[in-house]
Amino acid sequence: MSYSLLELKDVTMQFGGVVAVNNFSMHVNEGEIVALIGPNGAGKTTAFNCITGVYEPTNGEILYRGHTVAVSHPHGKMRKLYAGANADLYRDRRILHPTPDEITKLGIARTFQNIRLFKSMNVYDNVLTAMHLRAKQNVFSALLRISYKEERRMREDTERLLKEQDLYRFKDEKATSLPYGKQRRLEIARALATEPELLLLDEPAAGMNPQETKELASFIKEIKERYNLTVFMIEHHMDLVMEISDRIYVLDFGSPIAEGTPDEIQNNERVIKAYLGESNEI
Amino acid sequence: MEKEKKKRLALIWAAIAVSYIVILILEMTLRPTSMLLTVLKKGAIYSLVAVSMNLLNGFTGLFSLGQAGFMLIGAYTYAILTMPSEVKTSESVYKYYQCFITFDTGVFIGLIAAGLMAALFAFLIGLPVLRLKSDYLAIATLGFAEIIRAVCQWDVLGPVTNGANLLRRYIDLTYVTIPFTDIPFPPTLFVFIVAGISILLIVLLINSSYGRAFKAIRDDETAAEAMGINLFRHKELSFVISSFFAGISGALLAMFQYTVQAQQFKSMMTYEILLIVVIGGIGSISGSCIASFLYITLSEWWLRGLDMGSFLGIDAPNLFRSGFRKLVFSVIIMIIVLFFSRGIMGDKELSLTRIKGFINKRGMKKGKKEAEA
Amino acid sequence: MIGFLHDNLSYFLSGISVGGQYALIAIGYTMVYGILRLINFAHGDVFMIAGLVMVYLSSSLPFTISIPLVLIITVALGFLIERVAYKPLRSAPRMSVMISAIGVSYLLQNAALYFAGGLAKVYPSIPWLSSSIVIWDSTTKMVTVITPFLTIALVILLSLLIKHTKIGMAMRAVSRDFETSQLMGIRINSVISITFMVGSLLAAVASLLYFSNYASVTPTSGSMPGLKAFVAAVFGGIGSIPGAVIGGFIIGICENIIKGGASIFGIPGTGWTTFSDAFTFAFLIIILIVKPTGLFGEKQVDKV
Repeated sequence: MSYSLLELKDVTMQFGGVVAVNNFSMHVNEGEIVALIGPNGAGKTTAFNCITGVYEPTNGEILYRGHTVAVSHPHGKMRKLYAGANADLYRDRRILHPTPDEITKLGIARTFQNIRLFKSMNVYDNVLTAMHLRAKQNVFSALLRISYKEERRMREDTERLLKEQDLYRFKDEKATSLPYGKQRRLEIARALATEPELLLLDEPAAGMNPQETKELASFIKEIKERYNLTVFMIEHHMDLVMEISDRIYVLDFGSPIAEGTPDEIQNNERVIKAYLGESNEI
Repeated sequence: MEKEKKKRLALIWAAIAVSYIVILILEMTLRPTSMLLTVLKKGAIYSLVAVSMNLLNGFTGLFSLGQAGFMLIGAYTYAILTMPSEVKTSESVYKYYQCFITFDTGVFIGLIAAGLMAALFAFLIGLPVLRLKSDYLAIATLGFAEIIRAVCQWDVLGPVTNGANLLRRYIDLTYVTIPFTDIPFPPTLFVFIVAGISILLIVLLINSSYGRAFKAIRDDETAAEAMGINLFRHKELSFVISSFFAGISGALLAMFQYTVQAQQFKSMMTYEILLIVVIGGIGSISGSCIASFLYITLSEWWLRGLDMGSFLGIDAPNLFRSGFRKLVFSVIIMIIVLFFSRGIMGDKELSLTRIKGFINKRGMKKGKKEAEA
Repeated sequence: MIGFLHDNLSYFLSGISVGGQYALIAIGYTMVYGILRLINFAHGDVFMIAGLVMVYLSSSLPFTISIPLVLIITVALGFLIERVAYKPLRSAPRMSVMISAIGVSYLLQNAALYFAGGLAKVYPSIPWLSSSIVIWDSTTKMVTVITPFLTIALVILLSLLIKHTKIGMAMRAVSRDFETSQLMGIRINSVISITFMVGSLLAAVASLLYFSNYASVTPTSGSMPGLKAFVAAVFGGIGSIPGAVIGGFIIGICENIIKGGASIFGIPGTGWTTFSDAFTFAFLIIILIVKPTGLFGEKQVDKV
């Protein structure tokens, strides 16, 4: 039996009395580009944060390549407060909550909705820092420069990556002084430096004009091919989503309301109602 | 590019070598009690502890206030280990207690053990505290420093720490010899070598992959974690390494002072070190070193008159009485904190191009003025 | 049991009393932290300065004037510190503000050292407050008995202020969300100033009570009570006033029970006092492991 690359089972995330994501199940197959859409406040980023380990889901299970990465059931204060579904399904499972760096180690890298670059570093160091994860050196070999060969390789990889992303000419500039579009691209380059299999993009086109958005679409396809990636993204720009996604999931008020190919989603009554109001323009 | 880098590196090494030779010459020519040598020694010791604090506060973004506590552990570990066993058994130091540790070690082992002991304590404190927000680290380390000072004076620990009494007659700077000989080691040079090697190691660490990970944590914890950097492990690493070198600097301070007592390692001392780091520039190693020498020179030498009744030829025993120097210092420090928060160096390092730039700027200003005139 | 209580009453009494004093200082920490997310390292030194000012004032003025004057001067000091050392750094990184707080602490201690000298100053014995009283065969000072009641009265007053007045509402709003309340037209600076003034007032009251009990002041006598009060605030859940009060009492009582270890636990030794200081720190570590948000603290979720 073959497994999906990423699978969410009944994931619920509740903050106090607010159920931000309710009973969300989905999967991403290897080599796909999958999009998660929904109106503002639908719980998309929360779902992302559950996958990347920033939040511990209140209930549900997350699997990567068929292995359980995170599993949880309502505990502590949530035992009484829990308002989601399937409360009993995972009761007997031992809670597993990895930290975000462990998730990244598995091969899942992400970008952020509001760009989070390392502010004090230049472009080059931003990418080089992300190589630390795959470095085999320990603190003594790093200190005494025993692992200088690895360091040299990391530097070469960084230069290659920057050249491929067309960022090499900015390499000595401060990351935060780049134009907005370049900062997004740098964030993606930095994520690629962790050598991921699955790339999670949180609103990659936010703040971009139509021209930049168009470029981004081809850019995402290009890196997907070049680095053999699977892409899962949150996006608001419908043109982008419809153009490049293989499949789409739709969240509304935390609950999944639809799933399907771009064509199916475009013609789905519930989606049109929930997402676009009564109008049927897209 | 690569060639230029190598050239620059060679220049730095040459500058360091020259400064060490100068110190050796000074040591040979000046009287051992000369103020200059005292200031150089203490300045080097403070440089090391300031740099170790900067590693934590400036490069990893963790606000720790335990430096005095770790120095105390280092100083005591060193003093107790290197005190000759005949001194321990005689009543000259351990008057009221039977010393529990009957063996003694050499300088080298004493220094390393001082660092390791401080690192061990840091590791234990870090386990619970570094998982939390960094505010808690500040208060936990400050509390730890206060407590370790109290515990060292606790009479139950008397057989180890000699209670509240001071420790002396361990291997201080005058007793250090060149290995395998009986020739005394030039004391200032010794301090410079130990502090220099330690600072060099910290610089190497900061410029390694781990150093970049530390800076990433300082810049943005969430992003660093998303890039696969384990926050807790790296924070703990930085904390332990910083404390290791604080322990070594404590041992050096004990060697420099000839006697050591827990009473002197108050939170005031940590505050002073922190303020040195701020003056030098948070995130600048060379800044910390410059600020340390500046601070020590001013407080031990040039501004001494402020405490002694006359300063710059002005006699005012009522104004310039004991404590005035520190008061002036604290006012200056507040001014720096409030108005020049980047300190001397900001987060940059001292380099030839910067010095050249500085001189050029001065020269240009001068030139402009002359032209105007 | 009753006999045991009777024999060790003095420890319990002074525990409750010191606890009340810690609670008063802890409120200052917790309120400032609640609003500015700043550990005000200078707070313990403000408490010490209040003690020193009292020593100097009472030598030439009657208590009816010097006590109110001490309160006023301390409040003014708190206001001044906030305006000079914290306000200019409102938009600076949090570490800079903490460094500024440490700078102020360093300045206050050095100033005290310069003006008052390093030797302990004898604290004046305030009539009635310092008079002896016999409770159930143990002799103690009036201040010991008064402190818990005064503390509770002041805390009730403070909660009324925070719950029912406009400025109290503003304080609550600011501690919830700094930026939004600024947008809502709350004058942040005056709210922060008032918070510092209230904290300093309580610290001044605490210093009157604390030093009446201990009878001497030195430039460093603010650091330990300050540290312990901060631990109390962390224990209660930093940002929560009832938490700070309960934390203060618990730390004060535990500390004095340990101080009396020789008779309470029946283990002889002179190191119990040192041990009681170490206890506070050990306590802090335990809190941080078991419940880092403290008794009444709320867990904050960082937005990503």
